[in-house]
Amino acid sequence: MDDTVQELTEKKADLEYKETFSLSKFARQNGTQLGIFAVFIVLWAVFIFAAPDTFLSPNIYWAFMATIPFFAISAMPLTIAVIAGEIDLSFPSIMAMGMVAFILTYDATGFVWLAFIAALAMGLLAGLLNGVIVVYFGIPSLVATIGTQFFWRGMVQVLSEGSSGSLIYTKESILHPFLVGKIGGALPIQFIWLLIIAILCWVLLNRTRFGAHVYLTGDNAESAALMGVNTRRTRITVFILIGVISAFAGVIASLYVTFFWPSLGGGYLLSTLASVFLGGTSVFGGVGTIFGTFLGAFIIGAIEAATVAVGLTGFYTQVIYGLIIVISVTMHSFLRRRME
Amino acid sequence: MANRVELRKVSKSFGEVQALKDVDFILGENEVVGLLGDNGAGKSTLIKIVTGYYQPDKGEMYLNGEKVEGLTVPKAREIGIETVYQERALAELQTLWRNIFLGRELRNRVGILKIKEMKLETHRLMTQSMGFTSAAVNPDSRVGTFSGGEKQGVAIVRALYFDADIIILDEPTMGLSLKETRRLIEFVHGIKEAGKAAIFIDHNIFHVYSVADRVVVIDRGKVAGEFMTKDISLDDLMDKMYRVAETGVLS
Repeated sequence: MDDTVQELTEKKADLEYKETFSLSKFARQNGTQLGIFAVFIVLWAVFIFAAPDTFLSPNIYWAFMATIPFFAISAMPLTIAVIAGEIDLSFPSIMAMGMVAFILTYDATGFVWLAFIAALAMGLLAGLLNGVIVVYFGIPSLVATIGTQFFWRGMVQVLSEGSSGSLIYTKESILHPFLVGKIGGALPIQFIWLLIIAILCWVLLNRTRFGAHVYLTGDNAESAALMGVNTRRTRITVFILIGVISAFAGVIASLYVTFFWPSLGGGYLLSTLASVFLGGTSVFGGVGTIFGTFLGAFIIGAIEAATVAVGLTGFYTQVIYGLIIVISVTMHSFLRRRME
Repeated sequence: MANRVELRKVSKSFGEVQALKDVDFILGENEVVGLLGDNGAGKSTLIKIVTGYYQPDKGEMYLNGEKVEGLTVPKAREIGIETVYQERALAELQTLWRNIFLGRELRNRVGILKIKEMKLETHRLMTQSMGFTSAAVNPDSRVGTFSGGEKQGVAIVRALYFDADIIILDEPTMGLSLKETRRLIEFVHGIKEAGKAAIFIDHNIFHVYSVADRVVVIDRGKVAGEFMTKDISLDDLMDKMYRVAETGVLS
């Protein structure tokens, strides 16, 4: 009898829960993402209005798909880090350091795939180093990764002796079309890689225990630890993820132009950070989405094209990125106060 | 039946500060023990050792009669120890369902979260155990928007959901209204009736006296004394507490 009552109550509970689904609830829960989507649409309309020749031509969209992944790929794991309450400013240097490992390994062995693996391993090592410094030595990630940013950039300069070099030999390997080829002669494969990494990061963040712990660590690390979340492991994993994926982005960016510059990655710092913050991820941790960053990256990518297309010099893009970062971070400060 | 918790000569320091020194502590089966002591007396350190958050520097710990070493929070929860913390240990920007399953998310065989199941279970707990009736509250509501009593309800339901045998309440009445406090006291009585054991920490001596079978007084990292509540009047207990606060000893 009791069982039946309980079963009925449970069924009723299920029913009531399903009934509470509504459009307004969806809007409430996904407010930030819908907001970014609205900004995305409005900006796009403005761009089309301001520079119709550029923004109504399909060529610009192929170009976006080719170049946005260079900074958007790193923005995905960076989003996870910022949600966890951390930041990594060393990823541009890790992009370059990964390529140094790539070139040194190729020079030593002649195997392009081995060189690729070495680049990823270098990224893993650099990420692990960041994680250990932050987690075990208690250095704030902002400071720690400014330090490692200079350290790895210095290592790149030392090992490459400050010189750039051709990567034309990679064209002989299948790795080149595998990473930066084109599907049907038009769709850049690096865009597919961006999609794959975005989906993987989304699944990690939203469908795994690791992702749940990222949100909890960023929201209230003390509470998370009291309830048994291994916040140290979570944070170290986040830094490793950025390391590996940034090294991957470095290989893609270099192979696309079949050339290596020791300054590789430096130009992506601002645009990557701006994508994350514009995408609705809070600098205070605990809040953020991969979807938001994805849209943020396309807005950032389009802004560069738009500034030039409407006749301003490219120098203005930095002014705009800077403004975007400041405005989005300030907006989050207000939103957070409201949420609390 | 063995004691639920037994600490023998447990010490813990944080740098120069000795938080606990040679503490012996017992929580019997189906017993509610009240921990009393001033701020910084070592109450929270003691319970954080029992919950696996801190490792003792010295001493032995037995849970359900078995010696445990290198206890961690997940291990303690597996053994059946749940804690309702002073600060409630909630992630305020996260949803109700994430908080209920904080640190113990349900997953399928390949490690993917069973979100629907966790939300349904949260909804069931909300309506049946937490007494949430407001239509505005659902498993996707952010915990930060709840009242003090509702937050405490979440922390308690979370402790009960996983069927703990030992429930630790660290300053659970903090920030609660009178009505909410009364409900909480009833809840602690319920723990005893259900055959479970509890450690109840509170600044308010009246609350502790009304629910505890035994009171342990801690002062400056040491056990200053213990009394069965049936053997001592509230006035006498208060008197002794004042004396401990002034002199560090009971008599």
